[in-house]
Amino acid sequence: MTRHTDDDGDAGDANGTNERGDDPVAERAATDGGVESASGGAESATGGTDSTELDPDAYDPVDVFPGGDLDLREGADSCYKCTSCDTSCPVAEVDDEFPGPKFQGPEQWRLKRKEDHDIDESITSCSNCMRCDDACPSSVPLSQMHNEARGQYVERQMEKLSVEYIRNRILANYRTSASLASKFPRTASFAMNFGPARWAMEKVMGIPKERDFPEFATETFREWWKARGGAKVENPDKRVAYFHGCYSNYNTPEVGKAMVRVYEHFGYEVMVPPQKCSGTPMFANGMLDDARRHAETNVENLVEAIGQGADVIASCTSCSMSLRQEYPELFDLHGIEDLAEHTFEALEYLRIHEDLEGELDAAGGLDDERAFAYHAPCHARNQGLSRQAVETFRDVDGVTMEDVGDSCSGISGTYGWKEEKYEKSMEIGEEMFEHMEDAEGEVGMTECPTCAMQMEHGTGYEIEHPLQLLEDALGA
Amino acid sequence: MAINSDVLVVGGGLAAVAAAVSAAREGADVRLVSHKASTLRQASGLIDALGYVPATEPAKPLRDGPPTAGRNLDPDEWPDPEGPLADPFEGIDRLPESHPYRVVGGDALRDGLDLFDDLAGDAYRGGHTERNALVPTFGGAVKPTARYPAAAEAGLASDDRPMLVVGFRSLTEYDARAFAGRLEAAGVPFDVAGAEVEFAEAFRADAKITRVAKALDHDEEIDGVPAREALAKAVAPHLHDVVDESGGVDRVERVGFPAFLGDDEGDEVREELADRLGADVFEIPMGPPSLPGLRLEDRLFDALDAEGVRFETGNPVVGVESASDGRVETVAVDRNGRTTPYGADAFVLATGGLVGKGLDSDREGVREPVFDLHVDQPEDRYEWFVDDAFGDQPYARFGVRPDERCRPADAEGNVQYQNVFAAGGVVGGADAAREKSASGVSLATGIVAGRQAATEASQ
Ligand SMILES: Cc1cc2nc3c(=O)[nH]c(=O)nc-3n(C[C@H](O)[C@H](O)[C@H](O)COP(=O)(O)OP(=O)(O)OC[C@H]3O[C@@H](n4cnc5c(N)ncnc54)[C@H](O)[C@@H]3O)c2cc1C
Ligand code: SF4
Ligand code: SF4
Repeated sequence: MTRHTDDDGDAGDANGTNERGDDPVAERAATDGGVESASGGAESATGGTDSTELDPDAYDPVDVFPGGDLDLREGADSCYKCTSCDTSCPVAEVDDEFPGPKFQGPEQWRLKRKEDHDIDESITSCSNCMRCDDACPSSVPLSQMHNEARGQYVERQMEKLSVEYIRNRILANYRTSASLASKFPRTASFAMNFGPARWAMEKVMGIPKERDFPEFATETFREWWKARGGAKVENPDKRVAYFHGCYSNYNTPEVGKAMVRVYEHFGYEVMVPPQKCSGTPMFANGMLDDARRHAETNVENLVEAIGQGADVIASCTSCSMSLRQEYPELFDLHGIEDLAEHTFEALEYLRIHEDLEGELDAAGGLDDERAFAYHAPCHARNQGLSRQAVETFRDVDGVTMEDVGDSCSGISGTYGWKEEKYEKSMEIGEEMFEHMEDAEGEVGMTECPTCAMQMEHGTGYEIEHPLQLLEDALGA
Repeated sequence: MAINSDVLVVGGGLAAVAAAVSAAREGADVRLVSHKASTLRQASGLIDALGYVPATEPAKPLRDGPPTAGRNLDPDEWPDPEGPLADPFEGIDRLPESHPYRVVGGDALRDGLDLFDDLAGDAYRGGHTERNALVPTFGGAVKPTARYPAAAEAGLASDDRPMLVVGFRSLTEYDARAFAGRLEAAGVPFDVAGAEVEFAEAFRADAKITRVAKALDHDEEIDGVPAREALAKAVAPHLHDVVDESGGVDRVERVGFPAFLGDDEGDEVREELADRLGADVFEIPMGPPSLPGLRLEDRLFDALDAEGVRFETGNPVVGVESASDGRVETVAVDRNGRTTPYGADAFVLATGGLVGKGLDSDREGVREPVFDLHVDQPEDRYEWFVDDAFGDQPYARFGVRPDERCRPADAEGNVQYQNVFAAGGVVGGADAAREKSASGVSLATGIVAGRQAATEASQ
């Protein structure tokens, strides 16, 4: 809680030296990247880079890896076994075999301090929804403990040639498959959902046949951005760097486009730095090395954008969670704290910096009535954002927005994509499905792309992102 | 730009909800910001108003010197608390003058309980009378309480029908026989037996109560039998376990379970079990972890939504950002490492006591970390405790000291900020654990703080 509280001040100052001397358009071209190849250079660079003008003394690098492991003793010690965390765990609620967050966190941590205690295999059943973090009155860093234990389990105890490991690795590296598939979007969407192929995937890979693979867009967000010629608004005083994440790039570029149009409506200059996966699916599968490689690229490019006066915006709540909380908890990369401090979820940022309600009021609402069943993703909940969509749209004419309750959707990223978890994932989601069907709206709404998949899968509803509604309501 | 509202409530427990709703009903635009889930999740779900009036003076005059410290001396002797009280209002006058009930008045408690009845609706009972009900709890006590969940209704100790209490062999925390024994020892006016049955064995050894609740909600099959039927079958052989004084055997008319009979579908689960057993079924509050507390929390947050209160949970308020001439203008909310200013015309502090983290203690003393309000405490740490564990512990009454409008006072007794109001566990002066008054204090101070904040904001 005593992390820096000073605002953009220091980044702004640091960047004052190179500020606006350069042509902002040229500068943008350099960071826009457009297509993947532009990130090639960043790829080889690791950690502490000198590519920005930021003052290295302004950082307090995380020094929590004294012996290679995170030192979480203090966290473990402050657990007073109240079991609040256990009562909020969606997995423990349906899975007999899962001992719950209290065991996975403080208890397992204590156990493995002693002798050569192996990490309990059940750690792989934790879906990394991070609800337990929110529940603990003592601020025990439960999800950090889980991430670390899972990483250690996968690294030291998991059979690297097992189908499970390979499957998890493929799921975790969704970006790689998505990037390939997006080269042939129509074929990929068809082939992955093609009966015999699905059957084989279930049998060989443990991917449940019930799930439909998300469709791939025929034009990715980055392709669109490049074809459009990048930003339409230049504004050295109001800049945001968009972290689109894999999903809105490859699958739902309409979310990214809505983000761009809404922000330009408010006069922001949008930058789209080169980037990789946020790492969320990798944390959840204990693939910390993979996550770290991606984080290096992201931190480097986003910190550079911050140096140019931008704040970082994500439209996926797991991405913003990852940049804000999991990165600094797990890695000690140069600039990581600065990135955490400058990262926001897209709607959140507008609510803080603009008179969104006034603007919506002035825009006069929608022409036709629309009703939505809104589900707050767990990772929105943890950032205090679970109510933002309901509150933003509550007074907009023509919009009915109903919160479908606080149950977890059950998919939790890759969790629901595993054959052995599929049924549990649907059981967790059942309450949400029921509430969606009870709600007036026939369209679902959420900030999380995987929750959206689950909502669609469980109810057949079409799902939108709040930014898309915002775009419509503002006439942006 | 700051995020603005007329009234900003800091906290997410019972006091915060009471304050937010009462301010909203006065017409204010209200926002509630809570860091974590509230302590309701650990609490029993019972709403206590005042069950006992504990003595504040020892039986014999205090020995010379500081009231404690002397480890070699005999502990002071303290008289037993007065109670259980049949009428919580009748005891208020005998509480110390600085007690929040004395400060805000008995009508505030009445209004607070009315507000609670309104928000809890048919999920709670007890509102038909001003008297306390006696509810058995798994701690083995019979507790005087003002409001209790409908699920606990058939278990009241004032009811004289014979009772069976069910425990589970595999869940050793709920020892039904010991519980029955303690109830008898407490002199309840009915016959009671405890039985340990086989049911929870179907789950893993330390299955979470939420797991059992969910299985009952969905009536999942357990070894081929639907969960509710399986549970009823396990209990049925014990319906004649009660033996009265003359050795006669009675069929029980009510059966009590630990409080995990379903979550969303609790009413339905209880009804079906009652049908199958031919006896009323009730839950015995316990905690933590507490399903009745969780259910209440859900209900209260739904009520916030219905009242048009904006709320967010997950981020703490970390301090005052700007203040001028005795008024706070904005506070800082920490959003994952970065602070955002939240402005309001009036603020309610409802962050709880030492458990809710509304008060912070270390070797230096006890602090209120958000507004840095004055916390009344003896300078000498030795004076925080008395030797007798059952004595009047000064630390139990630590907290901020409000005036009749719930505005906390500084060390000199002057109002610290004109537009800051405090409610619930963060307020000092009550010994909630000994008095059984925690929720009542939260409701009474919550409703006053909320109304006063709305009034202040409309100035
Ligand atoms: C184990 C246990 C059993 C109990 N049993 C009973 C019982 O049987 N009967 C009864 O009447 N009462 C009982 N209580 C007490 C009751 O549930 C409440 O704790 C009491 O009413 C105090 O409520 P509160 O609203 O003041 O604070 P709390 O419920 O403690 O809530 C405080 C809230 O403030 C939030 N908060 C703290 N600091 C900040 C910050 N800086 N910024 C934002 N938010 C913050 C916390 O996250 C929390 O949500 C029990 C409590 C416990 C812990
Ligand atoms: S992160 Fe979610 S699934 Fe994992 S232990 Fe915590 S609450 Fe349970
Ligand atoms: S909620 Fe926190 S303090 Fe309570 S049992 Fe879980 S880790 Fe421990």
